[in-house]
Amino acid sequence: MPKLYAQGSKKMNNLQPKQETINFILNFSKAMHIVKTRNMLVEVHMN
Amino acid sequence: MNSNTSDAILVKSYIAGNEKALEILVLRHKSRVYNFIYSKVLDGDLSEDIFQDTFIKVIRTLRKGTYNEEGKFLPWLMRIAHNLIIDHFRKSNRMPKFESKNKEFDIFSMLKDSGRNAEKQLIVDQISADVRKLVEELPEDQKQVVFMRLFKDMSFKEIAENTNVSINTALGRMRYAIINLRRLVVEHNIILTE
Repeated sequence: MPKLYAQGSKKMNNLQPKQETINFILNFSKAMHIVKTRNMLVEVHMN
Repeated sequence: MNSNTSDAILVKSYIAGNEKALEILVLRHKSRVYNFIYSKVLDGDLSEDIFQDTFIKVIRTLRKGTYNEEGKFLPWLMRIAHNLIIDHFRKSNRMPKFESKNKEFDIFSMLKDSGRNAEKQLIVDQISADVRKLVEELPEDQKQVVFMRLFKDMSFKEIAENTNVSINTALGRMRYAIINLRRLVVEHNIILTE
């Protein structure tokens, strides 16, 4: 891994993540809720 | 709120519950984050996974209210991606790798064939042919028992019934057949090993 970072990044500017990945992230955000209990935060997912 | 709105305002808006703010943030930074990840891992599918995990971590942190806004959303985002890339390489170093000299994965070099290779099969065939020739040298009653037992895989009860003798007689013939076969092997200097 040190070698990998020492070599420097290859310039790649035209790559894009897939639309389904973006959609997953946005849907995850909509479905996820944080419920606060007395001592902790609980992550809840709603469909 | 539009594409000119600053990251800091979008983050505050998202924490307040505005999902659109997250969408703008993701679309604004997706290319930079994805290209950064890809430049390190050089794998499209893996980049997608790390990209997804990066934003999931962002969402969790923002929702839990543990994000400390100092006007540095993008550096924070890139640091999360960077840490996930490091996690990936740490994990992959712990996992067993399948590598060949030419860097191409060759499944056949990893799998062991439980069967015989061509050379061993030839040897086994040769031994089998030699044994058959030796069996032909035996007296007829012994030859009959050996043939039924070894080549037809019959039980001694079945052999006894088929040859109209008792089981003990069949066993005795087999015993003498083996003694005679051993003698023939020694006499003819035959090597019967795989």
